[in-house]
Amino acid sequence: MVPLNWYLVVAAALFCIGLYGALSRRNAVAVLMGIELILNAVNINLIAFWRYVTPKEVTGQIFAIFVFAVAAAEAAVGLALMIGIYRTRDTVNLEELDLLKG
Amino acid sequence: MAITPQQVVFILISVLTLGCGLMVVLSRNLFHSALWLVGSFFGVAALYGLLEAEFLAVAQILIYIGAIATLIVFATMLTRGMMLGRMKMSNFQSGVSAVVAVLLLGLLVMVLLQVNWPTEAVPVPGDTIAMIGNAFVSAYVIPFEVVSLLLLVALVGAIMIARER
Repeated sequence: MVPLNWYLVVAAALFCIGLYGALSRRNAVAVLMGIELILNAVNINLIAFWRYVTPKEVTGQIFAIFVFAVAAAEAAVGLALMIGIYRTRDTVNLEELDLLKG
Repeated sequence: MAITPQQVVFILISVLTLGCGLMVVLSRNLFHSALWLVGSFFGVAALYGLLEAEFLAVAQILIYIGAIATLIVFATMLTRGMMLGRMKMSNFQSGVSAVVAVLLLGLLVMVLLQVNWPTEAVPVPGDTIAMIGNAFVSAYVIPFEVVSLLLLVALVGAIMIARER
């Protein structure tokens, strides 16, 4: 059987890739892709701990399903915001979206 | 230590997932990033399958690949996000964020490999999906209803924000 550590290392690597994407991209859609990668990494952790520590209870899977639902809501609202911003400002470049900057 | 076939499959899936994830954040064309993202989601679904969470694997394909990745492709096309090669895709802090990500990865790997996790080699009960269904209508009924309300509010809000005025 695959050791639990391996899953955790893969999830950590995916998290760091997503973190880099979310921090370094200029395009708002690309930042959202990084956040989706981060959420996926968290879900791998949840499912791996469920499988290796408490496989008799389904708590880990249920938590992951809630993460799915929240990620879907976040993607829908985030992309709607981007389309709304693009309509008024004609860009989704995060460096030009400084309306709230004092 | 001999490597079992399951471990070989795990390594192949991990390489697919992480490789596609790297291409998502490094690709210069945003549309290609969206396609690589589908590959990464598929690899994660395969990891769920390897962890014997079949329901999650199917839900991952339906929700992430079927809904979220499609939404992202739509948003890419509706916002002229591709800007093919005309401008840099990374901002001024990309160097710093690369260093932060690599350092965080090193720290996490160091910690994860040292801790002796209390694992329990128990086979998964056969009717996991029935157990999930039961849990959603008994112990987790309030969170379940709250999440359904959240989804409804998010969808109505998304339509309100994105519609023509």
